[in-house]
Amino acid sequence: MSEELNTKKTQVLSEDGVVKIMVCAGTGCQSSGSLEVFDRLQEEIDDLDENIKVGLLSDNGNEDINEVEVEISGCHGFCDEGPLVRVDPMGILYTNVVVDDVESIVEDTLKRGKLAEDLCYRSADGTLYAKEEEIPFYKGQRRLVLGNLGEIDPESIESYKETGGYNALEKALTDMTPKEVWGEVLNAGLRGRGGAGFPTGKKWQFTYEEDADQKYVIANCDEGDPGAFMDRSLTEGDPHRVIEGITIAGYAIEATKGFIYVRAEYPLAVKRVNKAIDDAYENGYLGEDIFGSGFDFDLEVKRGAGAFVCGEETALISSIEGRAGRPQPRPPYPAQSGLYGQPTTINNVETLGNVPMIIRNGSDWYSSIGSENSPGTKTFAITGDVANTGLIEVPMGITMREIIYDVAGGMDSDRDFKAVQIGGPSGGCLPEKHLDIPLGFDSLQEVGAMVGSGGLVVMDENSCMVNVAKFFLNFIQDESCGKCTPCRDGTKRMLEILERLTEGEAKPNDIDRLEELSHYVKESSLCGLGQTAPNPVLSTLRYFRDEYEAHLEGRCPAGVCFDHE
Amino acid sequence: MPEINEELRKMQNTYEKILEDLPETRESVIPALQLVQKSRGYLPGDGLEFIADYTDTPLANVYSIATFYSQFYLEPQGEHTVKVCQGTACHIKGANEIYEALLGKLGIAPGEVTPDGKFTLTTVRCLGACSLAPVMMVDDKVYGNQTPDEARDVLDEYRD
Ligand SMILES: Cc1cc2nc3c(=O)[nH]c(=O)nc-3n(C[C@H](O)[C@H](O)[C@H](O)COP(=O)(O)O)c2cc1C
Ligand code: FES
Repeated sequence: MSEELNTKKTQVLSEDGVVKIMVCAGTGCQSSGSLEVFDRLQEEIDDLDENIKVGLLSDNGNEDINEVEVEISGCHGFCDEGPLVRVDPMGILYTNVVVDDVESIVEDTLKRGKLAEDLCYRSADGTLYAKEEEIPFYKGQRRLVLGNLGEIDPESIESYKETGGYNALEKALTDMTPKEVWGEVLNAGLRGRGGAGFPTGKKWQFTYEEDADQKYVIANCDEGDPGAFMDRSLTEGDPHRVIEGITIAGYAIEATKGFIYVRAEYPLAVKRVNKAIDDAYENGYLGEDIFGSGFDFDLEVKRGAGAFVCGEETALISSIEGRAGRPQPRPPYPAQSGLYGQPTTINNVETLGNVPMIIRNGSDWYSSIGSENSPGTKTFAITGDVANTGLIEVPMGITMREIIYDVAGGMDSDRDFKAVQIGGPSGGCLPEKHLDIPLGFDSLQEVGAMVGSGGLVVMDENSCMVNVAKFFLNFIQDESCGKCTPCRDGTKRMLEILERLTEGEAKPNDIDRLEELSHYVKESSLCGLGQTAPNPVLSTLRYFRDEYEAHLEGRCPAGVCFDHE
Repeated sequence: MPEINEELRKMQNTYEKILEDLPETRESVIPALQLVQKSRGYLPGDGLEFIADYTDTPLANVYSIATFYSQFYLEPQGEHTVKVCQGTACHIKGANEIYEALLGKLGIAPGEVTPDGKFTLTTVRCLGACSLAPVMMVDDKVYGNQTPDEARDVLDEYRD
């Protein structure tokens, strides 16, 4: 069965007239008060008589229902319209729900079977959308990895199993050899979602081929990009998918021990994964002799402690070993010598989130999605000056223009688009003229950006590109671990130049000097942090050089610098 | 002197309790620092010493780990920790104005504690609520779509 059919199944999961109300408990909705809405709904439902009528938009017309369940869900992605409340089986999405709206949901929708129109999303032209899947924001998306988010209870293993969860693990362990598993992933063409896009099957093959008593697999949920929250939402909203993925990876490389490394600032993710791990052990999906296959696998959460560089794989390993997270030169790669010197595979959590459906549906199915060199989908956190910000998942090959204007609804004011920053501190800023490039690992690299982990920040003409470059350099300066000179001192010199430029004290040759330094830092830094740190500067120099030159003359075209104080 | 020893022993017992589930190995340094900080609000010197002993790691290494990671504090913190997000989305949406408004209101430098011991003000890189930018967090509560005025009002709610 295809992944989408599976998703459909959950939507019509109205066994014997059960209505399910899902309240989003993602970080965005929680901070807009969704948990209070949840509490009030629960109270109201507890007070309800039996025999409430619900028939609205349901395929079977009006029908009596005898049970209403209220549950929490993971992030739907439509965060700026939160708190979000979904009513299933009808698939209604209510937006901006506050505690006082609960009455209308209960009275109108549950008792009378009517739509609470005031709570439905309306697009800028006034069109009302009742069902979540019809909202334009979702239409251009292809939600596979995020398919369960907003639809299942992340704290319930049963909820995950109803969507076909853990079937892929069973299939891998009982029907396939480790070699067949990594072969399938290799054929699927899956590439790492943590930034670099390395073929996952290849990585697994390398680790598999190492001969060792003990191997490890690590899921990277450090999510360092300071403007992105895809990995967080996935791990919080569908933790079992990550667990299933890493366990399959463990089997493929013959590792018996795995770790999920979670960023310090994500306490809810830690809590959810820990609960999910306990439940998986209890159900026999972790531990000894899983599915009677003879394969043993243990899994543990490790918490980060607040250092961007720890997302880099060798630094992450140091951190798990209990040391300061400073990167090591590669080679040796972790596949040869990783955690405690043993062969280790490190994958991003989104990469692992793709694995169960590849095993379940096959590599042919997977590689038919997306583009030829970059199959599958990619999740993004789209933020900044667009109408709909939030968490999205789109097929590779889509253009940036489609993402910004169709999915995100275009700019949020009548100011013009200026640039989109993609790839965070390692990525770059693309101007209007590159918006039609199909999304892919290689195509973006050619124009000086990268897919990166998935931060997408759209900026209008009120943003100053020199200031944005300074922002990222500032971040890098804070986060450089100080081990190698090019990164430690080189980025400091670069930052000083950017500060002079934005404060009106630049020297005539500062722009050339900045460019020279960028190339030097890029070529001679020890790890990926330094090697990619100049990208935001280089890409803005490439596309917005006139803005830099204006700053030399003491002018900030966007009106951000100088007179700001 | 006996009272001091008594104090010391009491503290030792507390630490022992806090760390009781952790293996006495080097991998436990970071989790141990996290646990001690969670219980004491910061990392006091005797806590670092205890962890060094407990994990059989030189004190200098424990200290260097504690200073490497931004999550750890070696000084006592205010009763409430205010974190203004300085992630990309929040930066674009004017996070700096919020930060400066709060620094002005509290009259402290970044990382300092207000004289009444109520607040510490710091920045953080992305709270994962970018759709609500600009965002700040007081203790564990996230406040989205802030203006400088609203942010100042939020702090007043924590005054009493
Ligand atoms: C400075 C730096 C930060 C990184 N941060 C992350 C991160 O937060 N999350 C992540 O998955 N990978 C991050 N990476 C990439 C990892 O080193 C590694 O390539 C990745 O986890 C591999 O997983 P993948 O093959 O599934 O993409 C970072 C790399 C560098 C150089
Ligand atoms: S950038 Fe502030 S919450 Fe993400």
